[in-house]
Amino acid sequence: MASKAAGQEKVRLKVPVTPEDLAGLKIGTVVYLDGVIYTAREAVYKKIIEDGAALPDGVKELSNVNFHCSPAASVGADGSYKVGGVTATASFRFSQWMAEWFKLSNAKIIIGKGGMTTQDYRDLFVPVGAIYLTTVGYGTGALLGRGIKNVRQVHWLEQLGNAQAMWIFEVENFGPFLVESDLDGNSLFEQHGKIINANLEKLYKGLKAPALSRFGETDDRKDELI
Amino acid sequence: MINDHQIEQAAGQIMSNAAIDIPEDYRRGIEDMAKWEEGELSCFVLQTMMDNWNAATEDRRPMCADTGLPRFYVKVGNNARLEGGFIGLERALRSATALATQEIPLRPNRVHPLWRTDHNNNVGINAPEIDWSFEPGVDWIDITTVHKGGLFGSDYRMLFPGDGIDGIKRFYLDTLIAFGKRGLACQPAIVGVGLGGSKDITMVLGKQAACLRIVGNRNPDPKIAELELELKKLGNSIGMGAMGFVGNAMVADCHIEVGFTHTGGMPMSVHTFCLSSRRATVRIHADGNTEFRVDPQWFTPYMRRETVEWPAKQPDKKKSV
Repeated sequence: MASKAAGQEKVRLKVPVTPEDLAGLKIGTVVYLDGVIYTAREAVYKKIIEDGAALPDGVKELSNVNFHCSPAASVGADGSYKVGGVTATASFRFSQWMAEWFKLSNAKIIIGKGGMTTQDYRDLFVPVGAIYLTTVGYGTGALLGRGIKNVRQVHWLEQLGNAQAMWIFEVENFGPFLVESDLDGNSLFEQHGKIINANLEKLYKGLKAPALSRFGETDDRKDELI
Repeated sequence: MINDHQIEQAAGQIMSNAAIDIPEDYRRGIEDMAKWEEGELSCFVLQTMMDNWNAATEDRRPMCADTGLPRFYVKVGNNARLEGGFIGLERALRSATALATQEIPLRPNRVHPLWRTDHNNNVGINAPEIDWSFEPGVDWIDITTVHKGGLFGSDYRMLFPGDGIDGIKRFYLDTLIAFGKRGLACQPAIVGVGLGGSKDITMVLGKQAACLRIVGNRNPDPKIAELELELKKLGNSIGMGAMGFVGNAMVADCHIEVGFTHTGGMPMSVHTFCLSSRRATVRIHADGNTEFRVDPQWFTPYMRRETVEWPAKQPDKKKSV
């Protein structure tokens, strides 16, 4: 089985990433990262974009990689951090904040679970030269946990809680991730979804529809939920 | 007599086992699927997940950082004696949850639904959930913990008797396809199907079918067992694999649990466990000794009983011939 999966192209990138780094990436490429990355999801977006809090000093300069994630981590009595695993959370929920976030943070890589819509890539990502990396699995929490070498800082831990705080991690050989959307806004999920959709009609053939429909339900299995 | 301290210790241990070590039955299920999966990317995902399980066990760190919503299923022997009673047992499980969240560590996922208050210990109103069942003629207690994500992959629908097996297959496919796209369901997974009961019990049965039965286990009703295998095959013929990539590995196994329902209805639920199927069980004996395992053995003949009396009165075969 390893041989069937061995064909993936692998790339290792230094953060902050440059436009040239990203220009060479094709969808489906396996990526590992070295440098500094940070977590930000709904509570951080709300705080900075809606409530007007300032982006913590230095974040913009240190990193242009935003991970949609919360770590399985705890803070010891001495203030030290114990990070077990890290896993992404589904990104489509954060679409409403991304335009403003790209402007404020200068992020060029978003890492998360499941990608965003192709419309989002075209409207939000392509104009600012950003790409989307998806985690694998999902839930390679232990492999990603291994890649975290140090917790540099945690912002708003008390206020937002472990899961929603902004964690700043120093990482080494941090991955694997797959390029889901490239600089042109192509999407790996969309590409695979189209192939799978072509088989769906056959699958339902001969199965009669239930007596009661559901209000607001789509009958088109080719549609996505996000 | 089983005391609260023993319960707290044992519960802490199964929380750690569940978070870190992939259950052997599920590992074998995925290894088998990786042998026949032909989708290149889907296969890459399966291989990476197996690497991840090894890393988790080697490093003693959680295999997935979304450590889910920790919860418990407790089976109490009818002759078991609890020093602190049921209140003591529930307190011990809450305490074990808070301690494990700090020590393993688990992600403190539990927040108030409206105010998003986070106690940073996975304990709060109605959390962790504790489901109870009983077993006749024994003096032990079994505690199972399940750490399951809570956002995607489960759905409920009221079907009717006339919708038949077709209706079941359609709703099963609908759920797998909808949540399988982009891998929101974290497939390939053990899929649980609940049929019957009232609406809430349909959801409970499907969830327990997914989380509390192991790969390879079959429902004792031969016709239901056959339907389980048919649904497994159907799920693996969608053309979708891990992360929603082209492939076929969707369903590691399918388990169906039923409950007597309203004569006019056939409520149904579908639940997908995930690529980090986190469950672990401990049996605490009357003398305090503990035995750990990955098979919850939740659905006993007593659980699935159909009659008033237990043991059920069997028809006398000699007379009926």
